[in-house]
Amino acid sequence: MSRVLLRLVLLLALPAVLVTVWWLASAGSTNVYWPPLRTILQAFPDVWTADRLRSDVLPSLLRLAGGYAMAAVVGVALGTLIGSSPRVRAVCEPVLEFLRAVPPPVLVPVIMLFAGIGDTMKVAVIASGCVWPVLLNTVEGVRAVDAVMAETARSYGITGVARLRHVVLRSASPQIFAGLRQALSIGIILMVISEMFAASNGLGFTIVQFQRGFAIPDMWTGILLLGLLGFVLSVVFRLVERRALGWYHGLRASTRRSR
Amino acid sequence: MLDVRGLKKVYEGSGRRTEAVRDLTFTVEARELVCLVGPSGCGKTTLLKCVGGLLRPTAGEVRLAGRAVSGPPPGMAFVFQEYGRSLFPWMRVGDNVELPLKQKGLSKQHRRALVADALDAVGLTDAAGAYPWQLSGGMQQRVAIARALAYEPDVLLMDEPFAAVDAQTRADLEDLVRRLWRERAMTILFVTHDIDEAVYLGQRVIVLSASPTVVQDQLKVDLPDARDQVHTRVSPRFADLRTQVYEQIQAAKRGETVLKTDTPPLH
Amino acid sequence: MKGVNAALGAAGLAAFLALGEAVPRLGLVDDAYFPPTSRIADALGAELAQAAFWTALGDTLTGWALGLAIAVSAGILAGVVISIVPYLREATASTIEFLRPIPSVALIPLAVLLYGTELRSVLLLVVYAAFWQVLIQVLYGVQDVDPVADETARSYGLGTWARVRHVLWPSALPYVMTGVRLAAAVALILAVTAELVIGAPGLGARIAIAQTSQAVPEMYALIVVTGLLGLLINVGARTIERRALSWHQSVRGEVAV
Repeated sequence: MSRVLLRLVLLLALPAVLVTVWWLASAGSTNVYWPPLRTILQAFPDVWTADRLRSDVLPSLLRLAGGYAMAAVVGVALGTLIGSSPRVRAVCEPVLEFLRAVPPPVLVPVIMLFAGIGDTMKVAVIASGCVWPVLLNTVEGVRAVDAVMAETARSYGITGVARLRHVVLRSASPQIFAGLRQALSIGIILMVISEMFAASNGLGFTIVQFQRGFAIPDMWTGILLLGLLGFVLSVVFRLVERRALGWYHGLRASTRRSR
Repeated sequence: MLDVRGLKKVYEGSGRRTEAVRDLTFTVEARELVCLVGPSGCGKTTLLKCVGGLLRPTAGEVRLAGRAVSGPPPGMAFVFQEYGRSLFPWMRVGDNVELPLKQKGLSKQHRRALVADALDAVGLTDAAGAYPWQLSGGMQQRVAIARALAYEPDVLLMDEPFAAVDAQTRADLEDLVRRLWRERAMTILFVTHDIDEAVYLGQRVIVLSASPTVVQDQLKVDLPDARDQVHTRVSPRFADLRTQVYEQIQAAKRGETVLKTDTPPLH
Repeated sequence: MKGVNAALGAAGLAAFLALGEAVPRLGLVDDAYFPPTSRIADALGAELAQAAFWTALGDTLTGWALGLAIAVSAGILAGVVISIVPYLREATASTIEFLRPIPSVALIPLAVLLYGTELRSVLLLVVYAAFWQVLIQVLYGVQDVDPVADETARSYGLGTWARVRHVLWPSALPYVMTGVRLAAAVALILAVTAELVIGAPGLGARIAIAQTSQAVPEMYALIVVTGLLGLLINVGARTIERRALSWHQSVRGEVAV
């Protein structure tokens, strides 16, 4: 019982302290840029009404989901293709290394040329930024399929689609998930930036509007909401990953024990 | 059942040419348990992979029940030494055993019966729902054997399957193989570097030379079919046979042929 | 084998460049949006001849290097302190898990208000993003210290500082290097982003100017420069990592976090 209590204290103590410090330090603040935490929290429900969630937050999330899903599908498919053949890999490697190294946000102006400033542009920006970590990690994962496992599959006649589904992709899945994880952070960045550049709605757009209109407490609520969104998405991702890679964590724990 | 004729395997890579297997000819009859034994690094694994259709021989051929082997044939099952890497860690034990059967296109009912029977035969009925990495090494190798059994092969190929488990487990697994072989009337080709294991298990032992490999010697193991770890291993005949195999292997390492003095006739 | 791969890679690169030339020339896409490779190369040549380009490159690199240096020092310091002070790791876990996924671009409006287009705007974003990469890897690395080695050090009466120096640090170093490599890549992304969105001087701001003035080939040329810069940073970081760890029994893979 006291164990559980100690863990609970450890879990909540520092966040509580930090929030309290922020609260007290900003309490009498007259600095326009650092409004009291009280003011920010009071503004929160007024700013992020159900209406606004529907008109600004939901479109942002849909664009993120669309672009991210596209990147995941294309990245895994192309990555599997490239990773399966050493030749193809050798041909593609330098080009891929270069494309991955391009900082994704500079894609925004390029894609605006082609796709204008609508939803297509935002989805395309997110997809084209997220695809590289997924693609390159898939290549690595597919390449590194264990030789004995590959031979086992061959000797038991597990070939073609079954081999891809039951052996190659499963064996590469820890790496694929590492790529998807990186892609998620990039996706959120691009979601915000593409909306800051050119948009008529969305989280990024709204926050910049607040900043330009010197609605400072409102801007702060936007920052808090973005932070919360990043946190929630990462928790959701972790839950999915735990489910899909349960075997991997178990395997790692068991090899670590026997080491 | 299994015919290996003039098998030769040369590896070529980056300007170097390594002759692993020079010229191997032997046969394995139906329902026979044959052990291949040789000095370490003599190309035993290369040989077995050629037999199993995983490697393409440079020359010669392998025939299974009269048909030439060009890729992994459906009538063969392979048990690898590295059990930890041969079982798929993302599948539970039951699914690992079942996957090859799905590829064969068997009905769900049939598959279930085969999986249950195979796991029962290796004494792992209760482990069907566990992941392989939750089991001990010996149990994992049992799962690999169960997977091979469920596949219902004509010939079972085993590549040093017990080299990585402890001595006690190894003895149990050897008895398991003997029992399965007798109960299920299988044909088994068993590769090992352990002389005792070869004599204890086999009806016949084929001694391989050092690389590039040829057949150094063959001898029939005329021990009774009912063997057990305690009595068989201390019988004078067992000692005799292992001495013979030992001498042949020493000779193989030196690269000479020993004149046989006391070889029982083959078949 | 290595030579063959290099040749194949060069062929792939050549094909990529040729494709970039052919697609707009054949009219498959509008060359006002997608100029052929040769025109981008010309624009790149013209850029390289301008002093303003080199100033911008210098600004970007300054923001990147300064931000990275601050993030790495702070990350290592925080990581070591959190690891050696009892209970601090458990006490900070929830806070770290909450703060880490906050996208640093959320800070853009704040940076604009506080610092405008000054270097400090860039640093705020770069440091926030890169710091977590280093910290997380340090924490993983310390966790991976062989308990036997640590017990041994304790039993020989080594003090805290000696333990950090001789046991903890060498064991965690591979992870720290991984963290630095990841942080270097993230730092470049955020430096360019800050310049692009906020308008702090640098390559990003130059790209934004090229975009608004419809100088499409110049824009592509500058993007190529950022890509090459990223490539150089990745390859450089990986080389340093390998050099520094050549003594280590296993250059470990990165932790998926």
